[in-house]
Amino acid sequence: MNILVCVKQVPGSSAVKVDDKTGLLIRPKKGNKLNPYDLFALQAALDIKDCDGSPVSVLTMGPPQAMEAISECLWMGCDEGFLITDRVFGGADVLATSYTISQGIRKAGAQDLILCGKQTTDGDTAQVGAEVAEHLGIPHLSNVISIVRRDESSVTVKALQENLIVTETLELPCLLCLDADINTPRLPSYKRMKEMGEAKVKVLTFADFEDQDKSHYGLKGSPTQVQKVFPPEKNDNRVLYKGADDKLAAKLSSILKERKFI
Amino acid sequence: MGLIIHNNLINEEKARALMGSCPFGAMEYKDGKLSIGMQCKMCKACVRKSDGAITFEEEQASLIDKSLWNGVLVFCEHYEGHIHNVTFELLGKAKELAKVNDEPVLALMIGHNITSKAQELYNYGADSVYVYDDPGLKDFLIEPYANVFEDFIKAVKPSAILVGATNVGRSLAPRVAARLHTGLTADCTSLEMTESKDLVQIRPAFGGNIMARIMTPNHRPQFCTVRYKIFSKPPRIESDKKPIAMTVTPQMLASHARIEEIEVKSPDVDISEADVIVQAGRGVKTQKDLELVEALAARLGARMACTRPLVENGWFSAKQQIGLSGRTVKPKLLICVGVSGAVQTVAGMKGSDCIIAINSDPEAPIFDVAHYGLVGDLYKIIPSFLKELDNVQ
Ligand SMILES: Cc1cc2nc3c(=O)[nH]c(=O)nc-3n(C[C@H](O)[C@H](O)[C@H](O)COP(=O)(O)OP(=O)(O)OC[C@H]3O[C@@H](n4cnc5c(N)ncnc54)[C@H](O)[C@@H]3O)c2cc1C
Ligand SMILES: Nc1ncnc2c1ncn2[C@@H]1O[C@H](COP(=O)(O)O)[C@@H](O)[C@H]1O
Repeated sequence: MNILVCVKQVPGSSAVKVDDKTGLLIRPKKGNKLNPYDLFALQAALDIKDCDGSPVSVLTMGPPQAMEAISECLWMGCDEGFLITDRVFGGADVLATSYTISQGIRKAGAQDLILCGKQTTDGDTAQVGAEVAEHLGIPHLSNVISIVRRDESSVTVKALQENLIVTETLELPCLLCLDADINTPRLPSYKRMKEMGEAKVKVLTFADFEDQDKSHYGLKGSPTQVQKVFPPEKNDNRVLYKGADDKLAAKLSSILKERKFI
Repeated sequence: MGLIIHNNLINEEKARALMGSCPFGAMEYKDGKLSIGMQCKMCKACVRKSDGAITFEEEQASLIDKSLWNGVLVFCEHYEGHIHNVTFELLGKAKELAKVNDEPVLALMIGHNITSKAQELYNYGADSVYVYDDPGLKDFLIEPYANVFEDFIKAVKPSAILVGATNVGRSLAPRVAARLHTGLTADCTSLEMTESKDLVQIRPAFGGNIMARIMTPNHRPQFCTVRYKIFSKPPRIESDKKPIAMTVTPQMLASHARIEEIEVKSPDVDISEADVIVQAGRGVKTQKDLELVEALAARLGARMACTRPLVENGWFSAKQQIGLSGRTVKPKLLICVGVSGAVQTVAGMKGSDCIIAINSDPEAPIFDVAHYGLVGDLYKIIPSFLKELDNVQ
């Protein structure tokens, strides 16, 4: 079966902060990395490849440097990479991002199984996967913890639903969002990196897409608008105690007594 | 619509300053021209810094007639008719939001043999409760549930929709939002309603120490998810209204997936339900040192919780992590020990009645949320506190 994994390059550190004085955002200096949650989806795909030789492609939407993320996946063992990049796609929210990814997947050729991570560490919505499935008109299942069985036309998987473990069979093609910690992701292979040299990555831009209506992409295609960003509110009723540690311990017990916890 | 760069107002020095102001490194200066790449997240930090050289142009006309959309809807999460508490919390919030413009509070329940159970939604403040009750909807399957939800939205046209950020909600809400080509804001920590029926959605964003205020000004319905324990459960007031039955058609039940088996997991020791919690952070240096914190928890009859790095260390199970990617808790008492108070941690504890923090760094952000802050060494304060307790008894 043809497998495609959606991955994202995320900031190496998430410590974006608001400068108290200027109100501006301060960018972390560290570089980028592959979204750690996507590693489990990649590993699940490569496990299937190890079993039956299914080809695995990876796809990402991001700025040109997201190429690095694709290369890393190819060195892990994926066969083909796609990078969706174009200024037209900037400022996209969940709807526009997932729509753009779905257009890219249509260009990447027929897929039987599409795998996504649980969430990203920067967007952190855990919703892109489900929306991609809707745009493609295929079933999806989130919080998948294992792939139990598969044949030419279906996969059977286990997924978590609050306090239930549900075993479900989905017809192919379908999309699965895999939970974290369900396998042990492999590292990129140095040998493969040497062998492959420059990784072969297909770049997809707006011009390549079927849907040529610009209003479906980027900021224009995004129903949600960020009105403003601001530092988290501070609690004004707080009391701060400094001093010798035994005094502080006494303070702790007086607070707890006053509030009847001891 | 978008950011407009007025390059005639920009020289190289200004361009560099503006590039530095972009938290996402999305700006490029080439051949005397500043441009914005696709890393742009529309945070508009550059607009504020630019003295008019970068402006944000909003789209003028809204394509929809907002007056056709009315009411604040809560999707009812349940298993075989047992309603999840997040539903009641959302009903309480929906009531507040609906009051602003005198809109009705609506509730939607999908399942089988649930009509009598759905009555309970009236007791928590719903004005109209709609049920799709059919054997084909007994268990959650994405396609039938999305079809039914779509049918409901097209029939009733709610203006805003609140869905619990449970596994089901996080799967269903995006599916339906995408189908209706509308926006969805995940994991909101605060919601407000404007007088023009626009839902103000506030959530931690960009994976960092920032809150974002998000709106869906030109689309309906406005969709958001909210986690369990973010809002408070309203008081129960008995009502004798009857749920409204909606028609389920065979087309709605079409599915490319089927359930093979459902196992009920043994319930976890759930920190979400605990009244007293002690949370350990990286200020606790070694796994052995946890014994000290556990002794504190034991004395208070508290559940142990932790920050994310301690889960990554393997000291705790993921279920004990408080925060954005962990559990949301709302205990009567939360003691944070050696926790810095990153926004992701704090997102999961903000609703706690009383937060006490012990941290040696007076600048630690946890002191911005804690009701009582103790600036000191946990390795000294806790033993001294425990000793004092022993002496008293
Ligand atoms: C997308 C995303 C989601 C995340 N989700 C979560 C989440 O759900 N939950 C979560 O917790 N984190 C989450 N994080 C991680 C979060 O950003 C922080 O890295 C983490 O919470 C820091 O944990 P900490 O407070 O234990 O450690 P640190 O930040 O290292 O803080 C340790 C604190 O202990 C204090 N200390 C040290 N020694 C002593 C002593 N002897 N006595 C007293 N105090 C002492 C220090 O002053 C310091 O403030 C997330 C991150 C991302 C990017
Ligand atoms: N820009 C992107 N390119 C490719 N895949 C993505 C992108 N953003 C999100 N995804 C996929 O969707 C999952 C959920 O992301 P999110 O909704 O951002 O938390 C990720 O784990 C990825 O598999």
